[in-house]
Amino acid sequence: MDRTGTADAIWLMYRRDLLLAFRHWDQVAQPVVFFAMVTTLFPLALSPELGELRQLAGGVLWVAALLAALLGLEFLFRADHADGTLEQILLSGQPLALLAIAKGVAHWTICGLPLVLVSPLLAIGLGVPMEALCTVMLSLALGTGILSALGAIGAALTLGLRRGSMLISLLVLPLAMPALIFGARAIDMAIYGDVARGPLLLLAAMLVLALTLAPVAVAAALRISAE
Amino acid sequence: MNWIWLHKFASPPHAYRLAGQLTPWFGWPAFLLIVTGLYGGLVLAPADYQQGDAFRILYVHAPSAWMSMFIYGTMAVAAAIGLIWRIKLAHGVAAASASVGAWFTLLALATGSIWGKPMWGTWWVWDARLTSELIQLFLYAGLIALRASIEDRDRADRAAAVLAIVGVVNLPIIHYSVYWWNTLHQGATITKLGKPSITGDMLWPLLVMMVGFTLYYGAVLMTRLRAEILRRERDASWLRTELAV
Amino acid sequence: MNLMEFLAMGKYGAFVWPCIILTCAVLIGNVIAARRLHAEARRQALRRLETGRGQS
Repeated sequence: MDRTGTADAIWLMYRRDLLLAFRHWDQVAQPVVFFAMVTTLFPLALSPELGELRQLAGGVLWVAALLAALLGLEFLFRADHADGTLEQILLSGQPLALLAIAKGVAHWTICGLPLVLVSPLLAIGLGVPMEALCTVMLSLALGTGILSALGAIGAALTLGLRRGSMLISLLVLPLAMPALIFGARAIDMAIYGDVARGPLLLLAAMLVLALTLAPVAVAAALRISAE
Repeated sequence: MNWIWLHKFASPPHAYRLAGQLTPWFGWPAFLLIVTGLYGGLVLAPADYQQGDAFRILYVHAPSAWMSMFIYGTMAVAAAIGLIWRIKLAHGVAAASASVGAWFTLLALATGSIWGKPMWGTWWVWDARLTSELIQLFLYAGLIALRASIEDRDRADRAAAVLAIVGVVNLPIIHYSVYWWNTLHQGATITKLGKPSITGDMLWPLLVMMVGFTLYYGAVLMTRLRAEILRRERDASWLRTELAV
Repeated sequence: MNLMEFLAMGKYGAFVWPCIILTCAVLIGNVIAARRLHAEARRQALRRLETGRGQS
């Protein structure tokens, strides 16, 4: 019998997760709606003045995206764990870290990417100038990627636990704070007309680090949680 | 190299006894050093030129901050040893350390906050060091929460171990980011939690306190570790002889 | 320097002394807590020994 090659396995995993997710459109849409709602909270709570909102826009967008991305994390492994697929994956003999990357990228495609695509609209609502929109999208793209990686660790560690969602947030938020600092800063710089090369490069570096190390942690955590 | 001697110490009865013997060797020197350090810092050291006598808070704030980081590092190392070599005792060390570390972090935050009031007029400043300590507290909180949420002790040990290692890898990134973030905003918010220019007779009590606190942790760790060993131990025979009253 | 001056800590006494007291409270508290934990663990271990081979 032919063994599935590793590259095939990764692609299959990615495709499968996407197909499963898009069967439940509403679940995919939830983080996006949450993102929009949280962003709307701030003008309501603070002021309708675009000039004032512009000063907070970087932070508001990032915090809202962070919280929205955290929402979707619990479901990363839950469905597979519940129906036994996860055990099959563990037994499959494929390198678990690579499959973890596949699941993580799938999660980002389902959860993070929509946030990035919607962000320009919300940014305009917060008074962000057109020239800065590219930076907004780039900053959030890198940031949600980092969050998917870190969040996968949290989701794997808390697999099957009650109140897993709150626990994931507690575990992941401190780790995400550096990304928040630089991501929000990038948007702020762009709003004031600077090229945010420094913070964006740092974000990219953090993403690379996360992509390299997180899968190992996720694989270890999955084995620990599923045994 | 013969590792058998190491595994011998990792066996619960030996570790239990050794921890018991070591406790007073950590505890009493710790007590003496802390008392000496406090005397040196509160009485002997001259008042700071800028901060007056308020700087004396340094003698409890800095060692607490040091311990909060040192204990986290120790926990992470113990966690790694437990994961890699599957030594239960190492997990016990990690489990015993978490709450002590959290307390020191809280103490660093409280003393730092109180110190800030006479110096900068507010009970809290988003100073780089205080903010880092706060994030450190969140990391401890997450670890303690994770361990408490998992009922199976083995799974709890190993999950907490992974989290501790992930946390320790992130620590330099967090410190650097917070420091950078803090330097961004100059002007009224420039704060550096008072490092007074330190002279010799100001320095030695600080070092004494640092060592004293570290030994103190050793003593508390030994006691808590003994409790952990007792809680985890299933094999009755050595317990019987050890606890025979 | 007399006692009153020492306690006043050059007008910062209200800040310095709470810190010292807090620190001592935490240090002493942790020792007490650790010893209590150990005593409790001993008690439970002895109980386990009495009621039979170490039950999980």
